[in-house]
Amino acid sequence: MELIIRNIRKEFDRFAALHDVSLDIRSGELIALLGPSGSGKTTLLRLIAGLDFPTAGAILFGDQDASEKTVQERNVGFVFQHYALFRHMTVAENIGFGLKVRPRGLRPSPEQIRRRASELLELVQLPGLEKRYPSQLSGGQRQRVALARALAIEPKVLLLDEPFGALDAQVRRDLRRWLREIHEATGHTTVFVTHDQEEALELADRVVVMSQGRIEQVGTADDVYDKPRSPFVYGFIGDSSRLPVRIENGELWLHDRSIGISDIRAPNGSGTLFFRPQDVELVDGCSGCIAGTVVSSRRVEAMRRVELAIGGQHSLVEIELPIDHPAASRTRVAFRPRSWKLFPESTAPQAERVIESA
Amino acid sequence: MSDLATHPIAGRSVGTTFRPVQTPPTTESRTVQYVLVALVVAVLSLFLLLPLATVFAQAFRLGIGEYLNTFRSPEALAAIRLTLLVAAIAVPCNLIFGIAAAWTIAKYRFPGRTFLVSLIDLPFSISPLVAGLVYILLLGTNSVIGGFLLENFEIRIIFAVPGIVLATILVTFPFIARELIPLMEDQGTGDEEAALSLGANGWQTFFFVTLPNVKWALLYGVLLCNARAMGEFGAVAVISGRLRGQTVTMPLQVELFYNEYASVAAFSLASLLAALALVTLVIKSWLEWRYADQIAAAGRGH
Repeated sequence: MELIIRNIRKEFDRFAALHDVSLDIRSGELIALLGPSGSGKTTLLRLIAGLDFPTAGAILFGDQDASEKTVQERNVGFVFQHYALFRHMTVAENIGFGLKVRPRGLRPSPEQIRRRASELLELVQLPGLEKRYPSQLSGGQRQRVALARALAIEPKVLLLDEPFGALDAQVRRDLRRWLREIHEATGHTTVFVTHDQEEALELADRVVVMSQGRIEQVGTADDVYDKPRSPFVYGFIGDSSRLPVRIENGELWLHDRSIGISDIRAPNGSGTLFFRPQDVELVDGCSGCIAGTVVSSRRVEAMRRVELAIGGQHSLVEIELPIDHPAASRTRVAFRPRSWKLFPESTAPQAERVIESA
Repeated sequence: MSDLATHPIAGRSVGTTFRPVQTPPTTESRTVQYVLVALVVAVLSLFLLLPLATVFAQAFRLGIGEYLNTFRSPEALAAIRLTLLVAAIAVPCNLIFGIAAAWTIAKYRFPGRTFLVSLIDLPFSISPLVAGLVYILLLGTNSVIGGFLLENFEIRIIFAVPGIVLATILVTFPFIARELIPLMEDQGTGDEEAALSLGANGWQTFFFVTLPNVKWALLYGVLLCNARAMGEFGAVAVISGRLRGQTVTMPLQVELFYNEYASVAAFSLASLLAALALVTLVIKSWLEWRYADQIAAAGRGH
């Protein structure tokens, strides 16, 4: 089922949670809505489900306009952040609920519902737990039951709100792989909300990066990591360091020094230079480079992360060095980013003015 | 652990000899605990157990025969019948009202919501006597509404059973709503949304999801409401007119007997009221014990 979101706007009281959001989701795609809290990602998911209605705009399921349809009519499988399992029902009753409440003519027999529940428990790798109550399950098991319950109604699309938010790191990783397998096995169009970029980048076919009620960028993991289209995406996805710079005739200046980076397409004025801490080369003797005083250094997994004060404490940037690199013990380090991105300060749409390193 | 424990002297000096008995920081010392417990027991005995025992002692003062005689008098029987009838009408009314009010307050946000919560609490704070008087002013035969009903439909509200029922509903209506509101607020609308997204309609969601989620709180509310409905005195005393055999409920009949120096009859009937309250308590405790795991599961938001 293809999903088209057209110019959706959503206001709560007078506060706009979504501004003019448009998004096309292909049939069978696994999509992540990624953003910090308050970015509108859960609001968008609830609008797709029909748990809320947009102030303006339309939502299309295939070629049908679903904007006016109720949540029941849309036939979506929704997995809630805290699972919302019915606590007074057994696991099997939870999974069979969507079938039990169907109108009489469409309702399977109790025996069929039981069998379907067992099949789904098999699918989510929890066979034999039919008679348990939700309170007797672990967080990861509840999550799987919630998914089985959503799948039981043979939904057109599967929507998951922070599916792994409440689980510990190890369980998250296992469930991530497992969700990917389920997605491939069932072929549902799936949209999930997360604030965890690792989860989004690893799991999704395409990632929708959102901020303050707007979509910042839509793309594959490679796209959003390697070609961020806005300062927000550069700062939000992966680690980044930023420096305020001045552009003069295509040359980038930091205070009174040229930093050896130039782009003739850049307009004169100020801008922000972004680069990844791990993507820098150290240089000796500084003519055309960025130099700074070491403020602190700390161990981050296999690397050493060094914080530098550039230009008299005014800006702090981080770079990453191999653990045994001699530069880490120096007081002054000079480097040049290997790849970088310049966002000139302007009122024009950012995406068109972005200048990338070659 | 290792260093201290393996070193004999250090281990002993820290563990046993010099250190006083330690209690967790939030726990009082033994003495304070005993004093507090004794205080509670003394107060409860003096103000609760002693009067309760007195009721039964007085009721059985002249033996079981005299005690049972009370329940052969037509007045007492009429009072018991009326009390049961009033409770049988008032409790279901408040059941429906309580669920509706709790649902509205817990699941929706609207202007005036806090005001509505205060309104529900009003019968707790207002004197039942005042409530009864207001009903007489509003619905008495001299009032517009009361007069209209009497003339056109020959329905008498004040000094009749409908008035007693109304007064009882008013006095007992916070019990069920108050029991449900905090629980429903705590549970939120997540389960309902889940049920709707699975295709359930409104009634299915209510009966399969909302109601089972609050059934224990609802049961407590009903038990409390029922106990209060049967025991209500003030509002009913004003509104009933105390027509013997017609509008006298059990608490009123107890007072009538007592004022007529029929103290055995008064205490016998009072003992029945007290017994009803005790039965309510026992049922509540038994339910709590029998379904402890379910109640715990229902209270937790997972």
